[in-house]
Amino acid sequence: MKKKSALAVTAVGAALALGLSACGGGGASQSQGGGESAAAKHTMNAALENVFNPSDKKGGTLKMAISEDWDSIDPGDTYYALSWNLIRIYGRPLVTYNPAPGAKGRELVPDLAESLGTPSDDGKTWTYKLREGVKFEDGTPITSKDVKYAVLRSLDKKTFPNGPTYFNDWLDLPKDFKSVYETPDVNTDQAIETPDDRTIVFHLKKPFGGFDNFAALPSTIPVPKDKDTGTKYREHPIASGPYMFETVQTGKQYTLVRNPHWDPATDPIRKALPDRYEIYLGVNADDLDNRVISGDLHVDLAGTGVQPAALGRVLSDPQLKERVDNPTGARTWYIPIVPDVKPLDNVECRKAIIYAADRVSLQQAYGGEFAGGEIATGLMPPSIDGWKRIDLYPTGTGDLEKAKEALAKCGQPNGFETTMAYRSDRPKEKATAESLQQSLARVGIKLNLKGYPTSDYFTLYFGKPSFVKENGIGLGTHGWGADWNDGFGFMSQITDSRTIRESGNYNISIKSPEIDKLIDQANEETDKAKRDELWAQVDYKVMEEAFVLPIVWSKSVLVRPTGATNVFVTGAFDMYDYLNMGVA
Amino acid sequence: MSAPLDVPGSTAEAPPEAVLEGASGKAIQGRSLGQIAWNRLKRDKVAMSGAFVVIFLILVAIFAPVVVRLFGHPPLEYHQEMIDPVTQIPKGGSGISTEFLFGVEPQTGRDLFSRVVYGSRISLLIAFCATLLSVLIGTIMGIVAGYFGGWVDYIISRLMDVFLAFPLLVFALALVGVLAQFEQQLGVKGDSLRIALLIFVIGFFNWPYIGRIIRGQTLSLREREFVDAARSLGARGPYILFREILPNLIAPILVYATLLIPQNVLFEAALSFLGVGVQAPTPTWGGLLSEAVKYYTVPHFMFFPGMAIFITVLAFNLFGDGLRDALDPKSSR
Repeated sequence: MKKKSALAVTAVGAALALGLSACGGGGASQSQGGGESAAAKHTMNAALENVFNPSDKKGGTLKMAISEDWDSIDPGDTYYALSWNLIRIYGRPLVTYNPAPGAKGRELVPDLAESLGTPSDDGKTWTYKLREGVKFEDGTPITSKDVKYAVLRSLDKKTFPNGPTYFNDWLDLPKDFKSVYETPDVNTDQAIETPDDRTIVFHLKKPFGGFDNFAALPSTIPVPKDKDTGTKYREHPIASGPYMFETVQTGKQYTLVRNPHWDPATDPIRKALPDRYEIYLGVNADDLDNRVISGDLHVDLAGTGVQPAALGRVLSDPQLKERVDNPTGARTWYIPIVPDVKPLDNVECRKAIIYAADRVSLQQAYGGEFAGGEIATGLMPPSIDGWKRIDLYPTGTGDLEKAKEALAKCGQPNGFETTMAYRSDRPKEKATAESLQQSLARVGIKLNLKGYPTSDYFTLYFGKPSFVKENGIGLGTHGWGADWNDGFGFMSQITDSRTIRESGNYNISIKSPEIDKLIDQANEETDKAKRDELWAQVDYKVMEEAFVLPIVWSKSVLVRPTGATNVFVTGAFDMYDYLNMGVA
Repeated sequence: MSAPLDVPGSTAEAPPEAVLEGASGKAIQGRSLGQIAWNRLKRDKVAMSGAFVVIFLILVAIFAPVVVRLFGHPPLEYHQEMIDPVTQIPKGGSGISTEFLFGVEPQTGRDLFSRVVYGSRISLLIAFCATLLSVLIGTIMGIVAGYFGGWVDYIISRLMDVFLAFPLLVFALALVGVLAQFEQQLGVKGDSLRIALLIFVIGFFNWPYIGRIIRGQTLSLREREFVDAARSLGARGPYILFREILPNLIAPILVYATLLIPQNVLFEAALSFLGVGVQAPTPTWGGLLSEAVKYYTVPHFMFFPGMAIFITVLAFNLFGDGLRDALDPKSSR
């Protein structure tokens, strides 16, 4: 009954619905009586390995909110995990991650394509066949040309600076092709072929066994060429999935309604349960937490966990603690130790920093065991295939004896002075810098802390090798998350010294010909187990050379919504799956 | 018979010499304006308590290391044993005990008492120096504009209008943010650079307020007889300015300075709160407050720095008000 009335009101006016959803929240769990009563109960981590509150009930408005905004809703211009998760409600990539809890969520399943890719030519050519009867929101059929156009347009990094560059780096593009806007007439068939309306063939420069991960990128979501408005396309991306945009108010609100031309018969993975999505942007972060806890909102879209204030509340109140899910993400927070800056060019001085660091205090800086994560012993997080534990350094409050020994070997027995960069508007990174400053002072290493704004941290400051060298910045701090959960998806962008550019680098410290050689071997290796083993070796080498001081393998404290169905944490993004969540 | 003097211990029939010598038998001395004002101020209990608090705060700031050694822990020292590792909140809610008088910070367990005490150094240093800068520039500009008049006055007055129209907070945010990047060119770095910048920004942009008051006072003073007298005796501009007019401006300058200090304390706190103040881990009141916002569930973290700002501002304001009343009894309240 409650839900029915709530529904009627949403139809009348969106504004009124806000107040009412709280009523719907309370009665959610018991109203799920019939049928699947074997559903998991509210206990901590109930939605990690199981679907919480499974249901096929359609209807209702799913309310999501985020404290900031994300890069873009344009499928060719987005690099946020939350966006890759959410985008699938309005767009269908060729393949996607299985909407299932835990590790099963990392498996790839065909989406717009009938099956996973078929490799030929030793993995240099990949062929996909589109499903029959797929349509855009305006009713025009989706063809392989729309997919090809979508991939090609996303290559234009001037128009779409945010997305990943995998297709740019691997597709066998003709030399005279610049972008779909500048050189629309260049024949690109040598990179992507569309022999008929349902077949699409990708040609790569060199063999790559994991191409299905590329095909799962949002940039394979079809874009109709005649509707593409370049940077303005984000004002209304054309839907191929079950929902389409009703309103787009940049920085404020998105609403999505059902796409009448989406046919469930063409889509075995989506349940498409809610009638409507309301997504609020720029909501105060603390307010957002409180509204999720009270049931006024279903999900914090960011999926990175609650703020410090709510953290104390949910972890100390036994009733709220039952609603906590605490997934480990494929993300490592770490401190690069830059070998370009003296005396850190000496490996012993780098080791001294790792030995002297109080690892427990660093973990606290990131929020402790639950909100921060497990103390990391290596760069690669455990959820990456092939991960091996590395035990080169102690993980306690610091081994000052060993640190002093290392300092002596380095020729700096009394310690030295260096600068540490951090993003001044990120409290956790500021706390990290302060903590390290304290613990290194115990062995005479003096840190000068320098805060830089997040927006320019990589482009002008710590991601710019010339700036780092000139200013003698020996340490910094940031994190890295996997684009997908294998060695390539996590490590390739941050360990290969040959990817270091003039500015905008995430990797500033890992520079070793030996590591580069291992990476080459891994990329050429077609056997997955051997490939994983090689990436694990890269990880070991990074730690042996003390190029980074890892802090934590990130965990997040998510608050499970009360008024939603099919709630589970997907292993693909380590946040709640947004594809099949429904309203109770 | 009427009794015009009804002073205790004196009688109406007192001989004339007794009146001359005063009731206690001492000769009455002429009292200077300063003494009169001091007597008035002494009688103003509110102002005097403000003054005592101000002096106390200044002493605490100066002797912060001693105070902290006696009652606290070093302000940067971590005490993670005081923190619940799961929720990051101090064990027992705030951690207030005889050892940690104001409790500890969440997450790090640093002694909040020590941080508030050390924060007073930055706040007061910046507020005092910035006020000094404002008063210096404001007085010079005001006195010059008021005394010379004409086009000099016109230019300085328009300049004041321009400064007054500045969106100061926004401008200060931008300026501190930008200038702080030029460590090498400026030749100072770290906290001293930040402190110097804050003093400059806060002080430099606040001078027109005092400048206007001084200009107005000078305008009326320069027409007075004693200035005419000095001029007729051959005194020149600078002499008249600094010997005849300036001493008469001491009262408004003093009053205005004591009222400007609390404003500057607040302004520094605002800038630190917004993240352009003195950088971590050096504690400042505004910085502590902005940290505390994240942990609004542990109110002690916000309470103590907030109270420190509140008490400082209140004390300075009460003292400043009392000082004004004492120096200028004609002013209406």
